[in-house]
Amino acid sequence: MARALYVHVPFCEQICHYCDFNKFFLKNQPVDQYVDTAVEEMEMTTKRMPTEQIDTIYVGGGTPTALTTPQLERLLRGITTHFPVAPDAEWTVEVNPGSADIDKMKMMKQAGVNRLSIGVQTFDEGLLQAINRDHQNAHVEETLHAAHTAGITNLSIDLMFGLPTQTFRQWQQTLQAAVSLPVTHISAYSLKIEPKTVFYQMMNRGHLRMPAQEVEADMYEELLQTAEANDFLPYEISNFAKPGFESRHNLTYWNNEGYYGIGAGAHSYTEGIRRRNHGPLPKYFRSMEEHGHPYLEEHPVTFQEKMEEEMFMGLRKRIGVSGTQFHERYGMRLDEAFPSVVPELVEHGLLERNEERLALTEKGRLLGNEVFERFLIDQ
Amino acid sequence: MGVIYVNREQRIERRDHIRNFSIIAHIDHGKSTLADRILEQTSALTDREMKDQMLDAMDLERERGITIKLNAVQLGYKAKNGETYIFHLIDTPGHVDFAYEVSRSLAACEGALLIVDAAQGIEAQTLANVYLALDNELEIIPVINKIDLPSAEPEKVRKEVEDVIGLPGEECIPASAKSGLGIEDIMEAVVERVPAPTGDPEGPLQAMIFDSIYDPYRGVIVYIRIVEGTVKPGEKIRMMNKGKDFEVQEIGVFTPKPVAQDELTVGDVGFLIASVKNVGDSQVGDTITHANRPAPEPLPGYRKLNPMVFCGLYPVDTNNYNDLREALEKLELNDSALQFEAETSQALGFGFRCGFLGLLHMEIIQERIEREFGIDLITTAPSVVYEVTKTDGTFMEIDNPSEMPDAQQLEQVKEPYVKAEVMVPNEYVGPVMELCQRKRGNYLDMKYLDETRVNIVYEIPLSEIVYDFFDTLKSSTKGYASFDYELIGYKESNLVKMDILLNGETIDALSIIVHRDSAYNRGKHIADRLKDLIPRQQFEVPVQASIGQKVIARSTIKAMRKNVLAKCYGGDVSRKRKLLEKQKEGKKRMKSVGNVEVPQEAFMSVLSMDENK
Repeated sequence: MARALYVHVPFCEQICHYCDFNKFFLKNQPVDQYVDTAVEEMEMTTKRMPTEQIDTIYVGGGTPTALTTPQLERLLRGITTHFPVAPDAEWTVEVNPGSADIDKMKMMKQAGVNRLSIGVQTFDEGLLQAINRDHQNAHVEETLHAAHTAGITNLSIDLMFGLPTQTFRQWQQTLQAAVSLPVTHISAYSLKIEPKTVFYQMMNRGHLRMPAQEVEADMYEELLQTAEANDFLPYEISNFAKPGFESRHNLTYWNNEGYYGIGAGAHSYTEGIRRRNHGPLPKYFRSMEEHGHPYLEEHPVTFQEKMEEEMFMGLRKRIGVSGTQFHERYGMRLDEAFPSVVPELVEHGLLERNEERLALTEKGRLLGNEVFERFLIDQ
Repeated sequence: MGVIYVNREQRIERRDHIRNFSIIAHIDHGKSTLADRILEQTSALTDREMKDQMLDAMDLERERGITIKLNAVQLGYKAKNGETYIFHLIDTPGHVDFAYEVSRSLAACEGALLIVDAAQGIEAQTLANVYLALDNELEIIPVINKIDLPSAEPEKVRKEVEDVIGLPGEECIPASAKSGLGIEDIMEAVVERVPAPTGDPEGPLQAMIFDSIYDPYRGVIVYIRIVEGTVKPGEKIRMMNKGKDFEVQEIGVFTPKPVAQDELTVGDVGFLIASVKNVGDSQVGDTITHANRPAPEPLPGYRKLNPMVFCGLYPVDTNNYNDLREALEKLELNDSALQFEAETSQALGFGFRCGFLGLLHMEIIQERIEREFGIDLITTAPSVVYEVTKTDGTFMEIDNPSEMPDAQQLEQVKEPYVKAEVMVPNEYVGPVMELCQRKRGNYLDMKYLDETRVNIVYEIPLSEIVYDFFDTLKSSTKGYASFDYELIGYKESNLVKMDILLNGETIDALSIIVHRDSAYNRGKHIADRLKDLIPRQQFEVPVQASIGQKVIARSTIKAMRKNVLAKCYGGDVSRKRKLLEKQKEGKKRMKSVGNVEVPQEAFMSVLSMDENK
């Protein structure tokens, strides 16, 4: 039974050059119809697949705060109307700096939101422009201030490194600025150029100057050091939290547990089935209207896939995967499920055993994909 | 035609009205167009039956503008003197790789039309074939073609014909195959100047094979010229050099459609079908005689063809190994010069070591395998045959660099040399000589053909020719150079085997035999290329070029420092899975050498490189 809920808001006032998520330029979009349909989907979902309790909610995008206060309120109220949200649930909304004023913040707080994830990305104004973010540094402070005023104090910021032309020095400065903010959590991702983005086009034309792999690796190491020195604990490859402020919602994914996914292009994992919703709005609307559900793909996860996912998601966590828990879930030991893989990776210094747990080493964290790949079992 | 001749006199009467000739021309100088015009003006076939450029049968030939396989067409021509003549027009391949086949098809003729482009003059390859024709004592009729081009300089070409070939300039026939100008003059010249065949229709049979092709329905179709005697269906025949007997099933001529005949007699050119299963049993140059009344000796000029260039052919997809074997077996049916045997490379897997007459022959075979059989190939660097004497006195012939003994075991290494003739406008003499010097050439001769054109002669190791000589020559002369070569024998050279090592382990497919002086440059180049092409591994990987134990060039693939997934958007686990699966699949397609995962593209790219890239 899923106890986590993701709700997708696919609208943005400006499109970032790196973003390949399901999103649409806000202007002239049927936003009200979207909110209504998403709420319908919530109703349909709990009817089909009821749950005892929702422990974590994440409203992401796109830019959820691109919705007007009344639109966003309708969406948030829809959640509490249709899902049994626990009193102590972690409820996060993604916010762009400058995109939510105090009124919107207050409304969110009223509706139950208690955590914000703020898309800062970088404190270098030049780089902000280069990646086509629509905010400036001053907006970050405004947003933090508004959140605190509204009573939302569990705040996370997103950062990116390995941006085009970004230097190690620039990244250091961004990191220093980030750790000095009144926030509880930092997510930091290295840029990956994806198809269907402006950056992809630019790269194919040779117009992007990317930092060398060595510099990126140095940036990551600097991130680890700066975070730890400032009491942000690296509980996952890209996530750092003050003690007790780990993202409970994201841990759902890494712990290979179920979650609902509402909205255009949203993914869900309920009752052992992974589903993907239609992304384009007309298709999302039509599917809801004609079939009563928005699913584009459904994939029942096989036993083997489940084991594989347990590993390649679970190993992202600093504490890694529990051998005992694995045995409980799958009825076999790790070295039975993945014979020879674990000893080899341990020997190569990519994995380490910690009593009954298995986790990435320092070297393994930088080469995570090389490790994860090994846990895909050959057919 | 189609008449049955019952006695010796009638057959001799017929023989005296036969004219056998071929056309010698450089690519693009209009051979096929001229052949088409001749076909139109004779009783061969109607316009509607004719595809443009009838003689070039295969698609590949059409595309490359060259003729690979010969054809022989029988035509009827009513001359101005009122008599009707039988023409046999025998087509020749235009390339040096097939020089032997050309010489045999010329040997089937008494005359040849030499077509020279009025704007471009004589080219090196043409000249080579002219010499072959002179060797065969053919009557040569020079034709200056394309005289209606604005850039035509017929008088200059006439003088060139006189200076270079020694044929009287006034014998040149001006023509335009395209517009039909001069065609009749050419036909009359064939009647007047080309001698009729000789030979006794009742003598013991001697028929020269000048081509043989494999037909999936009929078996091998043998192209023959009857020199002595007469052959009929049902008779027992013998391939004199091969020593095998067959029974004649069908004989006939091409008009150009194959038409069965009751006999072929002295002077005739046509085909013979006798349940021959493999073209290797009916080799070009062999003599057919009667099994029960054999000729005392075969016709002169038979030569077994030895491959001069070797390379490894490997399927890109290892599952295609058996398909590749079948493809080679099928091609072999039709190409007695093609040789192959299975070989295994650690880096490339299972494949075949193949021998070819030359570079073009090699390219044609590769292209046919890829095109007609749909198999993608990796080709190792072409190698020549080296003559090696070891310190213990053992003599070896080596066509695969990986079999070359270590340098300390070598007493002497000899490599094949060619005499290379390059014809070029005089402003390119500098670049051509520079290229020949760089390719370890020895200067032999240089002659001005006229005020602007020069013939440069060098002796050059064949291995340098097969490396990238053609391409470099073309690019350094803006395509104006024409080039021809012939093997002149073996010479001792300071040659060494250079290995390429990845993480300390030799990549067998990349070993090459090089001159000691150019080893460093070649080695450095390959090592640098591999460094760029092989993805980073989890550890630092040295790429080295070495001669024996001595490393002569090196570069380093830096260790991978970072490869880790980015954001997991809204729980899109499937996408992460796909990314990891793709990564894993990619590695499966790589070959492991010295613990290093090497993508196949890296081998392909290094093997296909030339100095200019």
